[in-house]
Amino acid sequence: MKCRKCGDRAVINMRQHKLALCGPHFLDWIPDQALRFIEKYRMFDADSRILVAVSGGKDSLGLWDVLGRLGFQADGLYIGLGIDGGTGYSAESQRKCEAFAEAHGLHLIVVDVAEVEGATIPTAASLTNRGRGKPCSVCGLTKRHVMNRVARDGGYDVLATGHNLDDEVAVLFGNTLNWASGYLARQGPVLEGRDGLIRKVKPFCRLYERETAAYALVRGIEYIYDECPHAVGATSIYYKETLNRMEADRPGMKLSFYLAFLRARQQGLFAEAADGPTDSLQACSTCGQPTTAPGQCAFCRTWDAVRARQRVSV
Amino acid sequence: MTVTLRLRDKDYEVRAGMTIRDALLQIGIEPDSVLPTRQGELITEDEILQEGEHIRLVSVISGGSLPSDPLGLGMRR
Ligand code: SF4
Ligand SMILES: [Zn+2]
Ligand SMILES: [Zn+2]
Repeated sequence: MKCRKCGDRAVINMRQHKLALCGPHFLDWIPDQALRFIEKYRMFDADSRILVAVSGGKDSLGLWDVLGRLGFQADGLYIGLGIDGGTGYSAESQRKCEAFAEAHGLHLIVVDVAEVEGATIPTAASLTNRGRGKPCSVCGLTKRHVMNRVARDGGYDVLATGHNLDDEVAVLFGNTLNWASGYLARQGPVLEGRDGLIRKVKPFCRLYERETAAYALVRGIEYIYDECPHAVGATSIYYKETLNRMEADRPGMKLSFYLAFLRARQQGLFAEAADGPTDSLQACSTCGQPTTAPGQCAFCRTWDAVRARQRVSV
Repeated sequence: MTVTLRLRDKDYEVRAGMTIRDALLQIGIEPDSVLPTRQGELITEDEILQEGEHIRLVSVISGGSLPSDPLGLGMRR
């Protein structure tokens, strides 16, 4: 197969775009696409201070790389979760982020949850009722809190995450199966900030996961191939596989599902208050971060309970 | 007589002479879910498998590194 632009040997064929490209042209195409979406959805501009949440995976490191190549000023945030799972998952992903930052002369902020909060995510999960023994609930809660805190304390304008089209479509599919209209109303390339919540953007939201993986490969980015051990059997992966089977029969199906959703959402098809958090936010009595209920936020309540049980068990 | 396709730690043996796409379908791997590489170089799935070569397949799907909760069915964000 030949590159459509120069006729050299193609390294990737994107059936959804009817486009095959060679290595160099593919490496130009990805940042061009990302810039198009950054501008189209008004994510940020040349003067914005951007914080990129990096996990050591292909998407977040690829995003950090692309933002740098486009000339944006972006610092990285790595959150150490303390997950081992026999493969040293957290330690290895942190090394990948640090190596990337060093090689590119970029600033990486590292927050180690065990150091700051007193326990790793798996330990915390085992000491709370939240998530019924699975660490993902505590993990998600903690990551959202830390990302918001670091972004606000550091005076960043925006938090960028590496979510790709497949991530977005899997979440959309799950929320649609549940008719979670409140979540549907808030899903999109940009989540506006308000009352102390940092603005969140996803510059890769229209790039197929296959494209972001190929970008990391062709660009030679050293990323972590291993999954978080707790992701095994995750519903989101099941959805992704299901959607990929549909995509195989109808190339472009994932993208058109997402774009049709964005249009419907823009036309006001989903009501914000139908479920999920309501409008008014108040400051948490302990940490000051915004929360929906008066008193302590879910993060502070959960971690206070974890530390109390830790004291009892020693 | 054979070609080895490796995905993570698993090896699959197929016959040389067919396209990567056909080989993937034969061993039950969705072609879009992997990226085939030959000697570290990404290649397209219409390439013909050569006698005795090793093709490394890089998995495209991830889920655990998302900065949000992949298990929550009430998938927020
Ligand atoms: S899969 Fe791993 S990283 Fe993702 S939310 Fe669960 S514990 Fe955290
Ligand atoms: Zn070319
Ligand atoms: Zn709090």
